[in-house]
Amino acid sequence: MARLLIDKDTCTGCESCIPACPFGALSMKEGIAVVDDKCTFCGACVDVCPVNAIILEKEDKVVTIDVSAYKDVWTFIEHEFGKVSNVSFELLGEGKKLADAIGCKLCGMLFGDKETVDKFSKEAIAYGAEKVYIMESPLLKEYRTDPYAKAAVDLIRKYKPEIVLFGATTQGRDFAGTVATTLEAGLTADCTGLDIDPETKHLKQTRPAFGGNIMATILDYPNYRPQMSTVRPKVFAMPSRDDSRKGESIRETLQMNEDQIRTKIVEFVKGTETVNLVDAEIIVSGGRGVGGPEGFKPVRELAEALGAAVGASRAAVDSGWIPYEHQVGQTGRTVRPKIYIACGISGSIQHQAGMKTSDIIVAINKDAEAPIFKIATYGIVGDLFTVLPVLTQEFKKRLGR
Amino acid sequence: MKIAVCIKQVPDTTDVKIDPKTNTLIREGVASICNPFDEYAVEEALLIREKHGGEVHVISMGPPQAIEVLKNALAVGADKVYLVSDKAFAGADTLATAYALSRTIQTIGGVDLVICGKQAIDGDTAQVGPGIATRLGIPQLTYVSKIREIDIEKKRIVVERLLEHGREVLESSLPALLTVVKDINEPRLPSLLGIKKAAKASIPTLTANDIGADENRIGLKGSPTWVMRVFSPEARGGSGEILTGELAEVAPLLVNKLMDTKFIK
Repeated sequence: MARLLIDKDTCTGCESCIPACPFGALSMKEGIAVVDDKCTFCGACVDVCPVNAIILEKEDKVVTIDVSAYKDVWTFIEHEFGKVSNVSFELLGEGKKLADAIGCKLCGMLFGDKETVDKFSKEAIAYGAEKVYIMESPLLKEYRTDPYAKAAVDLIRKYKPEIVLFGATTQGRDFAGTVATTLEAGLTADCTGLDIDPETKHLKQTRPAFGGNIMATILDYPNYRPQMSTVRPKVFAMPSRDDSRKGESIRETLQMNEDQIRTKIVEFVKGTETVNLVDAEIIVSGGRGVGGPEGFKPVRELAEALGAAVGASRAAVDSGWIPYEHQVGQTGRTVRPKIYIACGISGSIQHQAGMKTSDIIVAINKDAEAPIFKIATYGIVGDLFTVLPVLTQEFKKRLGR
Repeated sequence: MKIAVCIKQVPDTTDVKIDPKTNTLIREGVASICNPFDEYAVEEALLIREKHGGEVHVISMGPPQAIEVLKNALAVGADKVYLVSDKAFAGADTLATAYALSRTIQTIGGVDLVICGKQAIDGDTAQVGPGIATRLGIPQLTYVSKIREIDIEKKRIVVERLLEHGREVLESSLPALLTVVKDINEPRLPSLLGIKKAAKASIPTLTANDIGADENRIGLKGSPTWVMRVFSPEARGGSGEILTGELAEVAPLLVNKLMDTKFIK
């Protein structure tokens, strides 16, 4: 078992470690720091102690697997409604950097019926995959947890990649957990940064926690392979497409029949919005300041002029002014558009958790003291009902709409 | 219908701030709350019990203080609650946590439905639910925004899942595990009588031994991942620009700045 030791003689009682603990496990007792059960051995306190009084003892895990048998970086090629998700291409771009840093191949992992895999394996290669591992079956035409998890587990067990990356979409986050549990491998969720340690060649996975208030870099013990991550969409750039690239396809057939699948898709009810929040490059959001359901009219008009999606704060959703699927923030969706226009949104920590990594944030609010202005790239202090129609007109004029 | 609900006590991240001088997390005075998504999970279990009968068993794994969220679950009407707590669980990542929770559910026995929140707001992983389902060998229905139908005799459930592009209606066999989103219901507040009852209740603690856990699969020992470093996110580059003046001048100025980004097509 790991232990966190505080050297009583060295500790000066400076209390630096207490606020550094993300879990509130440290407190002062008779002038020195003490640790309680909430400690998760993250080591945050070790780094901040000015006198090196805190020692984290971790048991060395015995490596019982042949790590060298695991090779190459794999990216899951996710598709929905006959189209590869952009995050898969972004991950091929980032995966290439990881593969180069390790000195191995970049591969795609693709599931579907014959028609789908024929088409999308070519795309994966055009975006940089040197090999595509394919699991083919009519049962894989549409996403369901059981056949997708089995396809991934079977391919990973047979071909042993050292790294597997999934998009942190509802699809990726649904079945990656199943795959990791079945393989008893590590899985780091919703990463926003990936690096290879130059010495050990291990994967360093960086992700936000506590609603983005802290970042953590996570590694897998060498006894567990592959190293797997789900990665947030829109964090990495799209690589360039080159249809002249050549690559190899390795094709397997899924050993499964319909009776073994425990779920059935009854129907899919498409969202009413033309632009959805997760894919949107531009989002116009309304908050408490819109004042009612009809207050979303100027928000929608601006969104329409810009080809943007419509978002909302929790306050607007909880007031029943707009459905939940529009909610951005901690208990809603996390978005990362190029431009986020917050209208009548004060900008609570919970709202910020869902949007503060947007490239450009524009805040429009009557209250000059609203916290949203602290993270905004541009701000206008004013009534959204006056400001938005003027902006909409101006954009329409420029865009010739 | 025997329903197990997994809940987690989390710091109320509203209050978590970074000290700009020391660049560390300020946690003083941060209240602990029940993970918001888990409150929807408890409520949904209570609604199912009201409609179909049965029992609601609520589980929380964590330090002894996590008893608070279990008392609240009792106060709103849970039949039984369990604190899963042991020093041996410390340092567990999602794989080890899901293992311990799945062992607990197996120890309770005869569970037809497991409900979890979509994710916890501290770790934000959404991995524990699928992990439990996999360990239990039952199907998982994630991001559930509505239960359309439960047929106890035929052991079937039909749910709506809130995905990026719309709602998927999925039918599954039971037992199954659901993870739920906020849209699914409106959690009730505890009654005065419920609070009184919960205050008096003694809450059983299950240790690693009580749930028959394999010591190599729990805590730090059973965790494939470890945290190398915790740090503050980079602040957003530079301070923002507040455009002041007459709207007739400010609006075209903002439009210019945004058009210059080439993001608007």
